[in-house]
Amino acid sequence: MTDAVAPTPTTSVMTFVKANIRDYALLLSLITIMVFFQMATSTALRQQTFADALMLVLTSPIEVFRNGILFTPLNMTNIILQNSYIVIMALGMLLIIVAGHIDLSVGFLSGLIGAIAGVLMVTNPFWPVEWKLGTFPTIGICLLVGAAIGALQGMFVARFLIPAFIVTLAGMLIYRGLMIFMLSGRNLGPFPDSFQAISSGYVPDLLAFMAPPGINLLAIVAGAVVTALILLSNWRGRRIEHAHGMADEPITLFYARNGLIAVAILGFSWIMSNHKGLPNVLVTMFALVALFMFVTTRTTFGRRVYAIGGNAKAAKLSGINTERVTIMIFAIMGALAAFAGLVYAARLNSAQPKAGAGLELDVIAACFIGGAAVTGGVGKITGVVIGAFIMGVMNNGMGIMGVGIDWQQVIKGAVLMLAVFLDVYYKNKS
Amino acid sequence: MGAEPILEMTSITKTFPGVKALTNVNLSVMPAEIHAVVGENGAGKSTLMKVLSGVYPAGTYDGTIRYDGKQRHFTGIADSEATGIIIIHQELALVPLLSIAENIFLGHETARFGVINWHEAHARTNVLLKKVGLVENPHTLITNLGTGKQQLVEIAKALNKSVKLLILDEPTSSLNEKDSDALLALLKEFRTQGISSILITHKLNEVLKVADRITVLRDGMTVDTLDTSTARVSEDRIIKAMVGRELTDRFPPRDAKIGDVKLEVRDWNVYHPQHADRQVIKNLSLSVRAGEVVGIAGLMGAGRTELAMSLFGRAYGQKITGEVRVDGKVVDVSSIPKAQKAGLAYVTEDRKTFGLVLIDHIKHNVTLANLPAVSNASVIDDPAELAVAQKYRKDLGIRCSSVFQTTVNLSGGNQQKVVLSKWLFSGPEVLILDEPTRGIDVGAKYEIYGIINALAESGKAVIVISSEMPELLGISDRIYVMNEGRFVAEMPARSATQEAIMRAIMKSWEN
Repeated sequence: MTDAVAPTPTTSVMTFVKANIRDYALLLSLITIMVFFQMATSTALRQQTFADALMLVLTSPIEVFRNGILFTPLNMTNIILQNSYIVIMALGMLLIIVAGHIDLSVGFLSGLIGAIAGVLMVTNPFWPVEWKLGTFPTIGICLLVGAAIGALQGMFVARFLIPAFIVTLAGMLIYRGLMIFMLSGRNLGPFPDSFQAISSGYVPDLLAFMAPPGINLLAIVAGAVVTALILLSNWRGRRIEHAHGMADEPITLFYARNGLIAVAILGFSWIMSNHKGLPNVLVTMFALVALFMFVTTRTTFGRRVYAIGGNAKAAKLSGINTERVTIMIFAIMGALAAFAGLVYAARLNSAQPKAGAGLELDVIAACFIGGAAVTGGVGKITGVVIGAFIMGVMNNGMGIMGVGIDWQQVIKGAVLMLAVFLDVYYKNKS
Repeated sequence: MGAEPILEMTSITKTFPGVKALTNVNLSVMPAEIHAVVGENGAGKSTLMKVLSGVYPAGTYDGTIRYDGKQRHFTGIADSEATGIIIIHQELALVPLLSIAENIFLGHETARFGVINWHEAHARTNVLLKKVGLVENPHTLITNLGTGKQQLVEIAKALNKSVKLLILDEPTSSLNEKDSDALLALLKEFRTQGISSILITHKLNEVLKVADRITVLRDGMTVDTLDTSTARVSEDRIIKAMVGRELTDRFPPRDAKIGDVKLEVRDWNVYHPQHADRQVIKNLSLSVRAGEVVGIAGLMGAGRTELAMSLFGRAYGQKITGEVRVDGKVVDVSSIPKAQKAGLAYVTEDRKTFGLVLIDHIKHNVTLANLPAVSNASVIDDPAELAVAQKYRKDLGIRCSSVFQTTVNLSGGNQQKVVLSKWLFSGPEVLILDEPTRGIDVGAKYEIYGIINALAESGKAVIVISSEMPELLGISDRIYVMNEGRFVAEMPARSATQEAIMRAIMKSWEN
């Protein structure tokens, strides 16, 4: 085992894809859905009968695709803004689901935190005290409150062994009530500009002096740098695996996969550069995703979460403090829900008594579409992010197409069911 | 007793993948007879009863069953119950939060069109309870009854189904003496009513008290049938039949270099985690020296696993008292991380439930108990972790495609090696191995024995818990015999025999 004998991978492309069908299927689903909505929202198809539209798609698909709305810079920015809080909460939810629990309270917890932010910053005629705190103290307090509430829930789950379903169901009701109480049932706003910038601000284009007009150069450079870093890290990973004779991904597939990543990120940054550049929330979200990928794959904490979900008894008997780890993941979830609540409130520019309603369902759905297992122990951050964007693109695309909210729900439910069904189906087959 | 047997099982052979559990076993039970079936752990008693009751349906075994004058092909428990064969398991099959009456009539409710007639049910329950000599209100919940009384409810339930042949699997293992005697008296009472009983038990003194005939199983074969009415049968006679196995298992040569006392446990007391009044470990003391392999022998339920798990960070039990010393110093073992820090490691008997994260691969399982050793500031050093996994794969001879193979796909022997690797990597001074060779093949067993030897040679203290007596005799330096939460004997392995161990256990029941 000491010699670095690197056997040339003999696995053929097809067998490898079959063995890893879950990962590829997810990515392909997202691409398919995006292409579908790009075509379906095309201005070329406006006011056409179904037959004519179909004819047009078959005869000049490129023309139809080019006139799509989904990939327009404005709409892409919208998709990011609309889904950022789902993605942010899904990161924490993945930890919780991997550990074998669930958190139903995140929607209303985020709403409650939005209300707290409102009370702390905005003049409220129904509240006895006026704080008028600044943006940063408010953010700090809100994140701490979120983490504390999460930790408290985690304590009931871990120490008193009350099922997370019950604890967070109770939490959901409590936070909703508190939120309505704090806002006296009314909208509270507007927020100061610096707070709004969390959601609607853009990173200033530091390279504007040398940028062509109408183009945000920073976005392009950032995209290029990120692409380079990802490709570099993938290449390094492959070399390490190779050194231990472990690389079994065929080289063609490796190139194809990395090429796709490069095209996607560069294309995306090009689109963003054609609008107002990089939204603050995109940068924050990206940083959080990177952080959670690191935590889940490279740290002892992440490893322990997966071990607890895989076999809690064995984990405990291996000396893992399962109680502490469980409390920590709920605290992290609480802090992320708080952050999502701030993003949401900043986006609407007011704290609203309906904020956060039903978000928990989108978050949980994103995790399960992304391949997390209900039984715990299985799930990846990449999967969850893709899962969240599958939901987000569908919401956005159906909205543009004018599909009613009723049918949107039906279709989203069907997609969730289908994703989990396929997951279980392939697991049983292998 | 010239009548025809009520039950005649002939040439029963039952094979599991890779293991022959029963080979040409014969068992015949006369009407109105108490027939004892005895044998060591794993001799095939329970398997035989599962064949009889249809848990293993006809067609999955070879041989014939004649019962009540007809050849039978039972397809399931319901099938055999309908003919009057009722089996009462070691783990009682009662619903704790339902009442006595509800349990007795569960599945056979006194109902018309799905509506239960509770008056009739309670009246009939009273009649049944009287028959088994239990004075309780039919409304009483099972959870509020002691084990002895629960046992009687089970029997009352059997009587309700017009039983002809009652099978009791270790009925007295968790009963005190008074309750045991009452139960045995009840069996005698049934005998006068023409009901036959098959009594499966380890307690030979009870067998001699009530049994008319005794069938002895060993390694899945009938080795003897003794008739207590015609011959004077002694415990020694039975023990000899039970353990008469040759020491055919091979063991690697062992050259023990025994040093100072490594682990010392004094006055260890443990109570059952749910039943705070049931003491599981009773004032037990033990010591193991560096380089020594100490075996703990005992029957199922003797408290061996409970002892080990309570020592390892109180993973079992409550109200634990006593003192643990490692290298002469008192250590704190009140939590699993603390026990690990004190130098203890416990390799579980149930590797699938307590040992492995089955959905994860070998590498992650090996390092799980000692992640800090492969990480800097909580960030795992991937190459270092991989090197550790590769090292143990090589050292212990784990056969796998790579260390990225999921452990659920490994054979039992290789799974056991992964669990062993995990605990070796945690760097313990004292290793407690609980049934380290259960369910693995002979070749892998030999390899595990070799690993145990190497551990002892490197100066570690090793405790091996095993139900296979030849194994204990073959690999230990010293053997403690455990029964009912106590050490009832201690002997050097060199001079110990299977008979001596069994005798020590039987003797402990008598006084």
